Amino acid sequence: MGHKTFSRGIHPSYYKELTSGKRVEAATLPKTVTIPLQQHAGAPCEPLVKKGDAVAEGQKIGDVKAFVSAPVHASISGKVKDIELAQHPGGFRSISVIIEGDGTTKQWGPTGAPVDLSTLSAESIRESVRDAGIVGMGGAAFPTSVKLAPPKGKAIEAVVLNGCECEPYLTADHRIMLEEPEKVVWGLRALMKATGASKGFIGIEENKPDAIEALHKAIGNSTDIQIIILEAKYPQGAEKMLIVAALGRKVPVGKLPLDVGVVVNNVGTAAAIYEALNWGKPLIERIVTISGNGVKEPRNLKVRVGTSFEEVLNQCGGLVEGGEVEVLNGGPMMGIAQPTLAVPVIKGTSGITVIAASVIKSSVYDACIRCASCVSACPMGLMPYKLGDFGKNFRTADFKDWDGVSCIECGCCSYVCPSKRPLLQWIRLGKLKVRQEAQKAAAAK
Amino acid sequence: MDTKEIKTAPTPEPPSQAAAKLVISSSPHFLNTESVPKIMHNVVTALLPATAASVYFFGWRALLLIIVCVASCLVTEYAFQKKRNKPIKIYDGSAIITGMLLAMTLPAGFPIFGAILGSVFAIGVGKQLFGGLGYNIFNPALLGRAFLMATYPVLTTTWVWPRTMEKAVDAVTAATPLAMAKFEGKLDVPLMDMLLGNTAGSLGETSAIAIILGGLYLRYKGYINWKLPLGYLGTIAAFSAVFWLANPAKYPSPLFHLLAGGAMLGAWFMVTDMVTSPVTSLGQWIFVIVAGILAVVIRLFGGLPEGVMYSILFMNAFVPLLNKHTRPKVFGEAGAQKV
Repeated sequence: MGHKTFSRGIHPSYYKELTSGKRVEAATLPKTVTIPLQQHAGAPCEPLVKKGDAVAEGQKIGDVKAFVSAPVHASISGKVKDIELAQHPGGFRSISVIIEGDGTTKQWGPTGAPVDLSTLSAESIRESVRDAGIVGMGGAAFPTSVKLAPPKGKAIEAVVLNGCECEPYLTADHRIMLEEPEKVVWGLRALMKATGASKGFIGIEENKPDAIEALHKAIGNSTDIQIIILEAKYPQGAEKMLIVAALGRKVPVGKLPLDVGVVVNNVGTAAAIYEALNWGKPLIERIVTISGNGVKEPRNLKVRVGTSFEEVLNQCGGLVEGGEVEVLNGGPMMGIAQPTLAVPVIKGTSGITVIAASVIKSSVYDACIRCASCVSACPMGLMPYKLGDFGKNFRTADFKDWDGVSCIECGCCSYVCPSKRPLLQWIRLGKLKVRQEAQKAAAAK
Repeated sequence: MDTKEIKTAPTPEPPSQAAAKLVISSSPHFLNTESVPKIMHNVVTALLPATAASVYFFGWRALLLIIVCVASCLVTEYAFQKKRNKPIKIYDGSAIITGMLLAMTLPAGFPIFGAILGSVFAIGVGKQLFGGLGYNIFNPALLGRAFLMATYPVLTTTWVWPRTMEKAVDAVTAATPLAMAKFEGKLDVPLMDMLLGNTAGSLGETSAIAIILGGLYLRYKGYINWKLPLGYLGTIAAFSAVFWLANPAKYPSPLFHLLAGGAMLGAWFMVTDMVTSPVTSLGQWIFVIVAGILAVVIRLFGGLPEGVMYSILFMNAFVPLLNKHTRPKVFGEAGAQKV
């Protein structure tokens, strides 16, 4: 206690001990991969290959001219089997390139000492980051190159690396910080160089003392980077919560971190930038925590993008037998439930959480008793019990008036509700209605 | 490439025969273990010390009243839910709390038929007519008590001495410390007796210590917000201190106000009623401060010796308004509190 943090929030059970002590291991090379052309927030890519083409590991197979986008690459060598609409872990269908592997792998790795950052220009870093298809690896998958190109007149003073990993069960970021702290620190310096920021911060929750120590060692005596130890509280890793906790700056309603001179990136993103700039390796694999009470042997695996959930889960002893399970892309608070295990791991898959039996929530709920738990938990200072009712009953004007659009969808309200009301689900409905009305109004003009 | 070439993948086969059934739901996918029945049952537990104290001081008659009220509340709740075709939720404990609280505000000699009537009114009118748990505006137990007060003004204020007092021998009608202070100008009731509960008064209201014990249990469990009971009691103490300091011979001391009548029971179990108290921090402060001032004003200058019940009921009516106008500031919002 006594560490920096934000107001309100919750203290869920974390269950991180299932995987926090397990080294990251390489997953077996998949025979086929399904690579969605949309793995990022923004415009989907156009395929650059066609059925029957031979592709090499790391070859760019999809790109688009749009500013907010990131290219995708082949994660294995082989032949393009097909290009088709396939189920995407985001809960929709996306055009995907299916590659049948030839079993060969390419060696990516150190080619000597890390590149001297002073020899790189900000512009070249940005280009390499975009070329490598790097996106935010905490889950939202926002194209990193976009964050590195702030609009004119907005100066970036600080880059904050997000090492909070406040989602229960997930330990992928923890293991990166512990096992590859030099990559994280180098990546952070590259981000500072690209944005012109003079200061770098790494925000870590106090429950990862070994990672804090490893990063301290990697930073050494340098003063350009500072580690900020934060209270273990959910959603500490939400961008706005992290910035206010670490730097005391509040991102105004409807604004972005860069409006307060800050850019936030995940620690995994920083490590990916290291590999891209030093080894020329695009973002074709990532560390995934496979955990939960529904999987037999929880592990941390380095998985090729496009590997199916089923293949990954089979390397973790498979699912527990009998009964229902919920398989999530991400952690239990913000993850998305999957209708099939055929969905692929994508750039934003920080974890595959499988929950079973008693942990699965019931769909029955009671009346609101106005216990105020949701009001005391909402990190955005909203009144979720009201917004839930407005969303559920399509009272869009009231929903907007009570600032429903400021909701960051962290799920604290639903988590604490003793009546088990699906508050966030209703709030999402409210936000959807607001969007639809705006679209309608725009179309009418 | 031509988009026409893109075909839809067939619906994926289930991965294997032994595969578990996949469930889909909206995030968050795991919730804490709180529930409405759990909260309510903890409140019932917290009322047990006061129940025990009432039986100790007023005998089996007290227990009989409590049982009658709880049973009538449960039956009324059941009847309304059945009639309204709603799921039967009498086991959630909320009707038990209403019954216990109502009984605790009654004198030990209160007639059984009156207790039944009060319970039916509390649950029927005070709760179910509004739509059941969560929809009522007023605290049902207090509404039941107010109904009885209006219906049987004499019976609701005909007190008996606790059996532990020697005066109990000539157990005619007794006077509560508040009534003695108001109508007889007697301010010399020993505070220790008031703390323990050895005075005339309503069943569960006399023993401050038993109520505090239950309140602290609820605080420990995290089911009450400290600012509600302490804000209410603090306001009563501070506001009554003004008069006491001005004229200690005429006005009772703040400590007397805290220990007398329903202040303790009201502060720990009625002001803290989740359904009928505000959800915002500022709203809660306004609620308890105004209620505390009202309680003292009624006690000192009103026609009644006790003002706790009406102070809380009065403020219950303002809760929706308070919630609306004391919304917290949205994160990153410029300017002051929304009004």
